[in-house]
Parts: sequence; structure tokens; C-alpha cells
Amino acid sequence: MKELKTNTENNIQRRKFIRNILFSATALFFPKFIGAESVGKIKDWVLFGDYNAKDHLWGMGINIDKCIGCGRCVNACKVENNVPKVPYYFRTWVERYRIFKEKETIVDSPNGAINGFKPQPESDGNLIRSFFVPKLCNQCDNPPCVQVCPVGATFRTEDGVVLVDKEYCIGCRYCIQGCPYGARYLDPKTLTAEKCTFCYHRIVEGLSPACVEACPTQARIFGEVKKKASPLMRFMRKHAIGVLKPSLNTEPKVFYANMDMEVR
Amino acid sequence: MEEIVIHLSSIVKEVTGYIYPNEIELHWGLLVVIYPYITGLVAGAFILASLVKIFNVKELQPTYRISMLTALAFLFVAPLPLLAHLGHPEKSFEIFLTPNSSSAMAMFGFVYAWYLMAVLLLEIWFDYRKDLIIWASKEKGIRKWIHKIISVFSKDISESALKFDKKSIKVVTIIGIPSAFLLHGYVGFIFGSIKANPWWSSVLMPIVFLFSAIVSGIALVLLIYMVITPLRKKEIDMKCLDKLASYLFYVMIIDFSLEILDFIHRSYEAEESIKIIAELVSGKLFVSLIVIQLLIGIIIPLGSIAAIKFFKIPAELRKSMYFVAALLVQVGIFTTRWNVVVGGQLFSKSFRGLTAYKMTFFGLEGLLVSIGLLLLPLLFLYLLFKILPPWEESRAT
Amino acid sequence: MPPDFGKYGHYRASAVDEIISQEIKYAGHVICYDCHDDVADTKSGGYHKKVACEVCHGPAALHTDDPGEFVLEAPRERGYCPLCHEYIPSRPTGFPQIVTASHNPMKPCITCHDPHDPKPPEPPKECDACHAEISRTKSLSHHVNLECTFCHQATDEHKIQPREYLPSKPSKREFCGGCHANNSDASEEIPRVDIATHGENYMCWQCHYPHLPEAN
Repeated sequence: MKELKTNTENNIQRRKFIRNILFSATALFFPKFIGAESVGKIKDWVLFGDYNAKDHLWGMGINIDKCIGCGRCVNACKVENNVPKVPYYFRTWVERYRIFKEKETIVDSPNGAINGFKPQPESDGNLIRSFFVPKLCNQCDNPPCVQVCPVGATFRTEDGVVLVDKEYCIGCRYCIQGCPYGARYLDPKTLTAEKCTFCYHRIVEGLSPACVEACPTQARIFGEVKKKASPLMRFMRKHAIGVLKPSLNTEPKVFYANMDMEVR
Repeated sequence: MEEIVIHLSSIVKEVTGYIYPNEIELHWGLLVVIYPYITGLVAGAFILASLVKIFNVKELQPTYRISMLTALAFLFVAPLPLLAHLGHPEKSFEIFLTPNSSSAMAMFGFVYAWYLMAVLLLEIWFDYRKDLIIWASKEKGIRKWIHKIISVFSKDISESALKFDKKSIKVVTIIGIPSAFLLHGYVGFIFGSIKANPWWSSVLMPIVFLFSAIVSGIALVLLIYMVITPLRKKEIDMKCLDKLASYLFYVMIIDFSLEILDFIHRSYEAEESIKIIAELVSGKLFVSLIVIQLLIGIIIPLGSIAAIKFFKIPAELRKSMYFVAALLVQVGIFTTRWNVVVGGQLFSKSFRGLTAYKMTFFGLEGLLVSIGLLLLPLLFLYLLFKILPPWEESRAT
Repeated sequence: MPPDFGKYGHYRASAVDEIISQEIKYAGHVICYDCHDDVADTKSGGYHKKVACEVCHGPAALHTDDPGEFVLEAPRERGYCPLCHEYIPSRPTGFPQIVTASHNPMKPCITCHDPHDPKPPEPPKECDACHAEISRTKSLSHHVNLECTFCHQATDEHKIQPREYLPSKPSKREFCGGCHANNSDASEEIPRVDIATHGENYMCWQCHYPHLPEAN
């Protein structure tokens, strides 16, 4: 005849059961985040090929006088980062400014300039200035997009690059609203926010971003903002520098040389 | 992805001037317009009820419980448009797990939970507790059990217990008013704190949102009261209605003044964005802003209630005027939300161009779902009226 | 709550790992020279020395891993070169541009220009081969009758290394006075001013755009 369990044994059973239920319930949250892979990777990151984020602060210089508006940068970026090829999503694009004597300034960016520009048959006698301005995420040091993300899916790394965690982003689009430069978009496939990452996966390996690589006239200079002797340091010394929307105090790290007052 | 691409390609033709290439997709659409509208109604209805309680406004006593239940019904629906709008609603719990303390949106989960649990549910519970116990003791079947569960099986209806109830209601109400301000104020701050967008970025934004919320809340309670009372074959208490309309009038004056102040400030300072904003307001936004929000939504209702205050108007005509005015106010406040949310995205941050918003009918962001979301609280309200009847006659003796 | 959240800041630390594990498509110009040093030598002396290989040949990361398996294409028709070299007024003056409709139409560019050392088969005879914008502007003005070399002396090196050997520019008011002074021997139709007093002590070109002085 089976022995009836004592009271204490019953209690222990009950406690174990409740504990198991609670663990199972909380375990619903974990599967996505715990994986032997990601745990291993954390240790790898800082020592990844001798790359230490603390030693760098990345920025980009753009010389407006050198840009020829060929759009190779836009194309290279879309190829390198698998950006949808349709004309609604850009991590970088080129704008053409045409400033006239007697009428309003005209700005255009046909398909982000991925195929360059066509000469416009306008009353060119009236044209007093015209130039191209490449645009991209300014990797601000005081980023309004990071400030407004409700969950911490977008963040600024120690080396000054603002990145988006695709797995964590909930797609609320607040960061896209918060960016004054229109640098962000919502990826239609993953439904998460995306933007230029300075090709982070390339720069940690010592390569330059795809757009810098592709530029045929060295209109884009990539380098360190402080400390190290880098092409960017020389650029900052040689030219008078302007940034976009300085009154918003986002502390952008894309520096424009020969920037015109009409550039927004 | 094909759908989005087709949708966006149809907007390209509507663009005037220059917009940043990424701006072709308008990110916060109809669903994000509905959310502040609904939370506005919640805050407004609650603040009305609280004023009744705090200042002991006897005329509005019939609407006290109606306001509270209205607030609750709409509060249940409030998170739904947001969840529908998220790219990944299944990850929305992250707002609770890892909220970014610098983000106003991260506050949402906590403010909502706080307001729901600590304020609204508590106040309703304390107000109804005595009635729930007495009803439960006299009823049978499932209704009895529902009331027993809601009252959390409490049974004490002694004098001291009732005194405690009354005190608790006062305390919760006093906490509740700033909480209601917070519930809708933070929504205003979500927009007001975005320096990238000059249409939104303004110190006045939370205040304007709050007062337009109070306006819409009072108008909603007025409408519900006017609809539900004849449906129950009872007489409308004209004193109550007049008082409601009076409160509506005064809050509308404040709201209107705030909007005029914003306009004056904007056009006086004439900052960088004034040209494109002027182009927007006189063009694409003219009908929704000048005609609907201002003229139909504020001026006409203000005018009609003012006329009632100045002239002697018979009760029957007053009723119709109040009804129409309250309806127009609802349309006006909804359009206000529209003008803020969608209007702010219609001009480019380059200040050089305008884009367009194309509303779809089907789909999660479509008109059909939005209409459903706006009608859903009425369904909840109906259920609440059945479970927790707010009528004077239903009070347990 | 993800276990590595908050390690370096308010974000998931492993997100950075996921981001840097993205596939690299462009190999970078440096690695091409490991194998293609002959092309590298040719290119390093020409105008295209700063143009990365992958700009024309496309992303090459796969090719560097397995050259036999992934062969790169090269643009051989006329369509590609005009992306940079088509004449657009907005392009900086001095950047070599042609009007493709009139510049040897139908012929592939590589017929005359080696892409790795694209110097033209003959050095351009006219300044407007590179300075088309200025030339067009000047053509609207009376100064169309003046050769560019009337005001600007340029050596032959300027056609090869334009930025290193800049042409000269007039430096004295008297230069313009050669035609425009009251006592000049030039044609009667040319407008005259008193060179000594007109325009205080500014240089002439500080007010009058020399390429289109009729415009104000």
C-alpha cells in the first residue's frame, strides 16, 4: 500500500512546482537573448583584432568643392550595406544646389543621386553658384536620436559611431522623427530603424567606409577627430569648417569645407 | 515590401520643392493621431470628474460616474493604436525592461500603468465599493459573482468603512489630477521635445495638448450624457447640461487663447521655418487647420455657447445647440491632433519642400482599423454601464 | 532582460558584435595591388591614381577570396564614364568634363583613353576642354573675343597637373586699363573709365566679373 506523503513533502513538492512555473514563465523572455554564441562574442569584441574602441573617435570631412556629384558613394553604400535599391531609403545621398540671382534656390537629389545628375537646361546666365553636397548620418556626439529611443536600441559607441541594434528595435520610429538631418529610415523588410553606420564593420578592420572608398575625387575624408595624425586632422586644419544645423547643438562629426549658407 | 514601395511611389508625384530622400515615407500616421486623441479623452473626462469631486459641484453629480467609466473605457483602448503601429509589437515589453530614462516615450508604459492602476481603477473601486457589496448581496447568478470579484470580496459597509472610502476617494482624486495632467502632458512633451521639428518643438505643446484634451473630455461626457439619458427614457437634467456646457466654454477659451498665442509667437519671431510653415498652413493644411480646427472646432461652438449665455434660449433649442457644439468640438480636437502629428511631417526638415500623406482604407494603418479603434471604447463603455451602472437610481440604498 | 544589456551603455553589448559581423563587399583599394601591381604602376602615374579600382570594377571582396571563382566586370561601353565626366554646370570648374553628345559619339571611351591612365590622346588644345562653364559664360559676353590666354598665361604643365601649375592672373588695374582706360588705343566701342579714380582702390574684378562683365 502506498504511503501517503507527509505534509512537509507536499509543501516541498508544491514549492518546487511553483518555482518551476515561475522559471518557465520568465524563460519565455530569455530565448532570444541568451545564446552561447552571443555570450562568447562579448568577450571577443573588445579584443577583436586588436581594435579597441576607446582609442578612436571617428569623423568624416567633406570638401564640397571637390564633389562632382557622380553618385558612386551612394551606389557603393547601397551595395555594401544591402540597402533596398528603391529611391525611398538612403544611408547617404548627394544634393545639388543651384543658387540663382533672381529666384529661389533649387535643390534636388534624383534617386539620391545614385546615378548622378542630368544637366538642367535652366537659364544658366542667372546661376551664380552651384555645387554638390553629400549627406549622411552626422554621427553626432550629442545625438537626439539616441536621446529619444525608448528602449535603448540605438546607441553611441565609445568610438563615436551611432549604431542601431536590429534585434532590439521595436520600430516605433521616434528616432527617425528626432533626427534633424533626415538620415534615418525604416527598413521595409526588418521593420526596424536603419541608418549610416560609418560602415562600422569595415572600420574596425582598418578599412574605410564604402562611400569614402568609392569617391573618385577624395571629396570624403575619413579619420580621427582628435589625437591622431589623420587625413581628417589635416582637413580640419586647412579648411574653414561648417556643420549642418549647428543651432540644434547635436555636435555632428561630419565636417563640411566650403559650405554655403544655402546648405540645410 | 512591394506594398510599401507602391504606396511610396504614389506619393512622389505629390512632393513639391525638395525633401530629404528618406522623408518620402511619412512615419507617424493615422494610428499615432488616434492615440493622443484617446488619451486626451481619458484625461479630460477624468479631470472633469475630479473637479466635480473636489469642488463639490452638485449640478454635475449625475455625470460623475459616467465620466469615470468613460475614462476607463477609453483607457483600455489607448495602448492598442500604439501596438498596431509598432514595427515589432511583440518586443514592446522592452519598454518596461530597459526603458531609456531620457526618452519621453519610455515613460509611456509606466505612466499608463500608474494611471490605470493607482488612479482610475482605485477611484472607481472606492466609489462603487459600497454599491457593489449591496448589489452582490441582492443579486443572483453571474452578475452576483462579477460584483463580488470586483469588490475583491470585501464585505464591510460600516460607517467607518464608508468614511474611509470617502477619504480615499479624495486622496486618489488629489493624486489623480496631476496624474491626468501627466498622462496627457507627457504626450505633448513627446512632440514638444523634438528640436528637429519646428512645428512640434515648443514649450506650449504639452499645455496645448492638455487643454485640448480637457475640452474634448468634457465634450465627450456631454455627448454621452445627452445620448444615454433619452435612451434610458429619462429626463435630461438641464442644470447639469448647462453646467457642463459652461465648463466647456471656459476651457475652450483657454485652449483657444493658447493656440492664438502659439500662432502669434510663431509669426512674430518668424524663425527659419516660417516660410515653409506658412506655405503649408495656407496650402495643404488650410482646410484642416483654419476651416475645421479653428472655425468649425472652436469658433462656432464657442459662439453658440456664448449666445446661449447672453440670450435666453429655450431648453429644447439649447439641447440641440449643445449637442451640435459638442460634436463639432470632437471633430475639431481630432483634427487638432491630425494637424499636429501629420502636419508636422508634411514639410521637409530641409525647409524647402512639402510632401503628402496618403491614407489607406484597409491595412493596419488604414481608416477601417482606426474607425474600429475609435468605436471599441464605446463597446467597452456599454459593457461597463451594464456591470457598473452609473445611474442615480441604481445606487444601492 | 538581455544579460549583456548595460555592459557598455544603455544597449545590448552583443549588438555591436552582430553589427561588425556584417559581410564586407568592397575589399578596398590597397589589396588589389597585391596581385595587380602592373596596373597599380600604370595607374599611379595618371589622372586616375586616386580613383579606387572598385569604383569601376565593382565590389571585389569575393574576388580577393577566390579570384578564379569570382571574376570582376569592367565597364566597356560609353555609359559609365559620363557618370563622372559628363558636363554638368554644378561640377567644379577645372574637373575634366565633356559633352557626350558631341565628344566622339558612339565610340567607347576606352578606344582613346586607357582607363588606368586616361590622359587624352592629345593634350586639349582649348582651355574649354576642362573649363567649359567659364567658356560658356564668356561666350555671352563681349569678352568672347578675348582668348583665355589674353589674361591668363598657362604653361603646358597645367594641362597635365592642373592644380600644381596654376595659370597666372592679372594683378593690376592697369591691365584692364589696357583696353578700358580713357587714353587706351583700343577700339572706340569699348567702354572707358578713368582708371585712376574709378572704383576707389578696389581691383577691377572685385566688382566686375571678368568672364561676364555685362552682368552686374
